[in-house]
Amino acid sequence: MGYKTVLGTKTYSFPDLKSLLAKASPLRSGDELAGVAASTQEERIAAQMALADLHLSEFLNIELVPSESDEVTRLILESHDKVAFSSISSFTVGELRDFLLSEKTDSIAISKIRDGLTPEMLAAVSKLMSNQDLILAARKSPVITKFRNTLGLPGRLATRLQPNHPTDDPKGIAASILDGLLLGSGDAVIGINPATDNVPTVIALLEMLDAIIQKYSIPTQSCILCHVTTSMKAMEAGAPLDLVFQSIGGTEALNKSFGVDLSILAESQQMALELKRGTVGNNVMYFETGQGSALSAGAHFGIDQQTLEARAYAVAKKFDPLLVNTVVGFIGPEYLYNGKQILRAGLEDHFCGKLMGLPMGVDICYTNHADADQDDMDNLLTLLGAAGCNYIMGVPGADDVMLSYQSTSFHDALYLRQVFGLRPAPEFETWLLESGLFDQAQAFLPKENKGQFLLEGILGESSR
Amino acid sequence: MIPWEEWKTLTSARIGLGRSGGSLPTKELLKFRLDHARARDAVLVEPDFRNLQNGLENLGKDLHLETISVESLARTREEYLLRPDLGRRLAEPSRAKLQSYKGEYDLAIVAADGLSAKALDSNLIPFLAVLLPILVYKKFRIGPFLLAKLGRVAIGDEIGECLQAKATVLLIGERPGLSSADSLGMYLTFDPKTGKTDESRNCISNIRPDGLDFRRAAEKTVYLLSESLRRGISGVDLKDEMKPDFLENQNSSKIEID
Repeated sequence: MGYKTVLGTKTYSFPDLKSLLAKASPLRSGDELAGVAASTQEERIAAQMALADLHLSEFLNIELVPSESDEVTRLILESHDKVAFSSISSFTVGELRDFLLSEKTDSIAISKIRDGLTPEMLAAVSKLMSNQDLILAARKSPVITKFRNTLGLPGRLATRLQPNHPTDDPKGIAASILDGLLLGSGDAVIGINPATDNVPTVIALLEMLDAIIQKYSIPTQSCILCHVTTSMKAMEAGAPLDLVFQSIGGTEALNKSFGVDLSILAESQQMALELKRGTVGNNVMYFETGQGSALSAGAHFGIDQQTLEARAYAVAKKFDPLLVNTVVGFIGPEYLYNGKQILRAGLEDHFCGKLMGLPMGVDICYTNHADADQDDMDNLLTLLGAAGCNYIMGVPGADDVMLSYQSTSFHDALYLRQVFGLRPAPEFETWLLESGLFDQAQAFLPKENKGQFLLEGILGESSR
Repeated sequence: MIPWEEWKTLTSARIGLGRSGGSLPTKELLKFRLDHARARDAVLVEPDFRNLQNGLENLGKDLHLETISVESLARTREEYLLRPDLGRRLAEPSRAKLQSYKGEYDLAIVAADGLSAKALDSNLIPFLAVLLPILVYKKFRIGPFLLAKLGRVAIGDEIGECLQAKATVLLIGERPGLSSADSLGMYLTFDPKTGKTDESRNCISNIRPDGLDFRRAAEKTVYLLSESLRRGISGVDLKDEMKPDFLENQNSSKIEID
């Protein structure tokens, strides 16, 4: 059955739910590349109008990817909570938007309906929302997770210290870690993207990070962002692994292209839980996502890239992650063409993830072949600060020398914390102050070189 | 106390930048903008294909390895950037051309421009000059060299399929970063076929003199290729278990052939 909107003498028809969702999506190059985007601006708004009138229950009756062939669809349907849904079961998508924005709807009201929302419902409502709607509603939905510190509290902003090195050289990595810690970065995680998925390297880097975290009693966690099966090999070898990392997506076929499925993720989570390395909590998983990956892998089934991204969050949610990171402008201009599209996608992802109950961070980033620059990143960074994003990336000078892309820097986090009066995770904040690295008097900024000598051993640590 | 200047020699990352308040000092802000401007300009440049063709022909002369130029379906650099699907497929004339080169090969070596002309111009021939003797010593049967214009990684699948090679070793210009515009990437796919996806590939990134140098990159390539052909797999099933260099004796500059 189809959907339609009549505008004057013109009737716009949409043959099925996925085409309605795709055509209602704000313009982006990836949907055009997939051939699913609206062909005119008017058609786009006509689709949004039809979508606004659609009842939420419709999303429970229609499978965008058939459940017989897709375990993500099965997961979404199985984890849908009918009790949580009951109070909003009569809503249309447009009414859901009104509900989320209502001054009477606070974080408690949202948490009550959370498990009744499916990713597709959230993707749909996000398509009706303006940028400010996405910020306001996400801000009402804080999500708190714990491992060796507490992340996601209102008024807090954490960073992932990302000390990548083109050849995984431990001394080079240590130098970046030292720089990051001195600038107050690293409470979300100290996380390295290794240059190769090499098991001995992963183990050596895990040992190095563990030695640093233990020696300086830093209330944070480490992660080597290798394939989940490599992490499992490292755990089998007895390596000190805090978090299991994996890239995930919104269809079974996409996850297969990443070399994973739900059972392997469950197995790795179980292994990490058994290590019992958390001190204040037990969220042991770290997922990365990003719009465009499904189309890139030929696993999109004619669904728009933002709806697929929201479906990836259902996968993440099953495993109670400490961190979920949408890497928003990483793949390139064929999916998000310019600063405007990257900005919109970042806000949508953050909103959908938060409403699902996920601890969303955003890798606010772009590549050199995209039509974007650092000012575009500043804009999205500031908006995500307003929206209550859990964490951002801390890359030395915003320039990743291994992955060859531009992200946010240690300095960017200092900027955001100053503008909104945000603080790091409470345990980490206490550590920064007690070790004399930071000054509370000056808008929470580093003390001038005061703490350097305290941490210089980190450079020696790396030669272990 | 170790001065910042010494720390900075340990990595090409932008560390020890100082600060104005919590923000970047003016000098560093402008330096970043200059690097970004240069990288943006570099994305639109094409490799010197004639020079690369000559270089490959010279390398292959003694081994009687031909060099064949092929083209993807993308027609211009702009189209290439926005239509990755076109960069993954061979243009029909190129596909037809490859039909007569079918053979009993262990591997097809493919070079594609990707996103950095500089990576190919500076590093392709020097890297192959290190890699090729090892492949020959190991008695791998090597197909003709392929030079693919406006090609993405997956174009190696179609080429390998056309040549009926057991594996494809594809070398491609990685997107230019601000500190490195000349990174070469290596992608290995066993049993290359159109439609294969990323989980079936092994990747070595950042092959360049200041990154993963040619000797180490060649060792790793040969290791992965040998394991791949021996076990009949590639990608996530094939783990790189090589001992990392920083755990080994750094003095050894000899290439381990066996």
